[in-house]
Amino acid sequence: MPFDSIHKDLQAMRVTPHLVGYDQTRATHSWEAVRAEIQGLRSGGLNLAHEAVDRHATGVRANHLALRWLGKDGSVRDLTYADMARGSARFANVLRTLGVAKGERVFALMGRIPELYLAALGTLKNVSVFCPLFSQFGPEPVFQRLSRGDAKVLVTTKALYEKKVAALRERLPALQFILLADAEDDLDVTVRSLPKLMAAASDEFVILPTSPEDMALLHFTSGTTGMPKGAVHVHQAALTHFATGKYVLDLHPEDIFWCTADPGWVTGTSYGIFAPFLHGVTNLVDEADFDAERWYRILEEQNVTVWYTAPTAIRRLMRIPGEPRTQHDLSALRLIHSVGEPLNPEAVVWGQRALGLPIHDNWWQTETGGIMIANYAAMDIRPGSMGKPLPGIDAAIVKRDEHGIEVITEAGVEGELALKPGWPSMFRAYLHDEARYAKCFVDGWYLSGDLAKRDADGYFWFVGRADDIIKTSGHMVGPFEVESALMEHAAVAEAGVIGKPDPLIGELVKAFVVIKPGHTASDELRMELIGFARKRLGPAVAPKEIAFIDSLPKTRSGKIMRRLLKARELGLPEGDLSTLEND
Amino acid sequence: MSEAELKAILFDGLREIAPEAEPEKLRPDQKIRETLDIDSFDFLKFLIALNEKTGVEIPEADYGKLNTLDAMLRYLGPKV
Repeated sequence: MPFDSIHKDLQAMRVTPHLVGYDQTRATHSWEAVRAEIQGLRSGGLNLAHEAVDRHATGVRANHLALRWLGKDGSVRDLTYADMARGSARFANVLRTLGVAKGERVFALMGRIPELYLAALGTLKNVSVFCPLFSQFGPEPVFQRLSRGDAKVLVTTKALYEKKVAALRERLPALQFILLADAEDDLDVTVRSLPKLMAAASDEFVILPTSPEDMALLHFTSGTTGMPKGAVHVHQAALTHFATGKYVLDLHPEDIFWCTADPGWVTGTSYGIFAPFLHGVTNLVDEADFDAERWYRILEEQNVTVWYTAPTAIRRLMRIPGEPRTQHDLSALRLIHSVGEPLNPEAVVWGQRALGLPIHDNWWQTETGGIMIANYAAMDIRPGSMGKPLPGIDAAIVKRDEHGIEVITEAGVEGELALKPGWPSMFRAYLHDEARYAKCFVDGWYLSGDLAKRDADGYFWFVGRADDIIKTSGHMVGPFEVESALMEHAAVAEAGVIGKPDPLIGELVKAFVVIKPGHTASDELRMELIGFARKRLGPAVAPKEIAFIDSLPKTRSGKIMRRLLKARELGLPEGDLSTLEND
Repeated sequence: MSEAELKAILFDGLREIAPEAEPEKLRPDQKIRETLDIDSFDFLKFLIALNEKTGVEIPEADYGKLNTLDAMLRYLGPKV
């Protein structure tokens, strides 16, 4: 092993972690015991928002700081658990007044502002379904998700509405209400002022009986083929959020927790909203995007104790020479976690040296709803490894062929990472796409699409994706979505899109474009195509690089061989070419 | 270098990242990244290119200071 293990000294820890003996906790774990740690509804069942907010608001933590919001402009807004309960009740009453029923979808397209959090919790109180969208999406990804997710309500801001949604209205007949979080007055009968509606609504709301299996959250994720698919999560996911908040994030009552992810991505929902609230701790939200100086200042001034961030941000911090601890007092911080893409071992070790704490990598996906494999506060770290499965989760490396699944028991052998289905936050469907959902499960295993291996001591190591999905800045981008947008341009005959490895953001979206006869490959056209794609897709999805190519490598059945485009880009062996049709 | 020349370099750099944008329409105090839809990675690329064109060293720790046209001119002006 090129990097030494990082040994943990329990005696030196200020707070004794919840999970001390990994093997023992695993052996004694039961989801029933986790269920007993939360409350359940008096009227029956289990509601994620009740557990996250109302449970605390009616107990001893009512006046504990739940959400501290840091505005871009330096403003601060504090909400206690009692405030959160009242604010989310108002939002739930707004939905009820508008006739939004159980199971109907409420989308959010906005930056990280307090209204987003109240909308999420209020939607769940109404037993409607919350679906957050990343505010950096362009109009096309927004349209795809709103239409595929049957959006009835969209909560957004004036600027985002005008820029990305107004022009889509005709294509979205089912979208009945747009609630603008920053509008003083209604624009018309369908585009309403959220502050006005909130002010008129009661701050009391009795949550209706909620089945643990009722749909709560809808998260879109990219596929290799076709448009994004909506992964459905249920209220029962609370158990995974709670268990991972305990075992992995190691949340204790006085913690100040900061998850830097945006709720438009699953990490920003499961861990930017639910896990900290389920534990009744203070959840810090920064409206601004990554800014190294600002982040160090937040860690210091807000006394952040547990920090959950991403490799892209950590690698940016690593670009700054010098020792952050000579300029910032980071002594409150006791635990750092990372997710989004595998954290390179150099970054884990950098944390130890520069921040005085190693960084704990973990692994999970939109479909899993919560952390599945992790490094734990009290467990030695093998830098570069994603750690070991969460207590309650069975993970394996498997090989799939035409006969089915074979579990690989030998250590160090690469295969697909698979999980035994049945954990509480497992996705219950891809919305309106049963066939695609069914394909994820084979012989009693959920197949993650990620390649990995397990060492002799049970640590898992990420290898790569089994398919063509691109992981950029920790976000999944489906090549098909990008190719489709490019092909709408008059000069484009065909496009093939890959993830090109990048030292900072993991992969960047790169498109290979075949142009139609009569057009000339030029720098001007390349720039025009980048601008064209950015306008439709937004900066989070649009290609950062475009290259012209005479023809795309395809299989005999006409599928683009993106794997081959990537191998050529990287100068790697081209592998099995038996299905290649042309070149 | 005159302010006009510096501005031209900034606009060229922004168009390189966001070819569909009209940086010359930016108000001096408008947040560049939000207005032109430039993500964190693109902004980093823009600043690295800016360093190559102007010779001004911009450390990562200062990136947050360069959020408007005014702020950029103030930061770069005395250094070019």
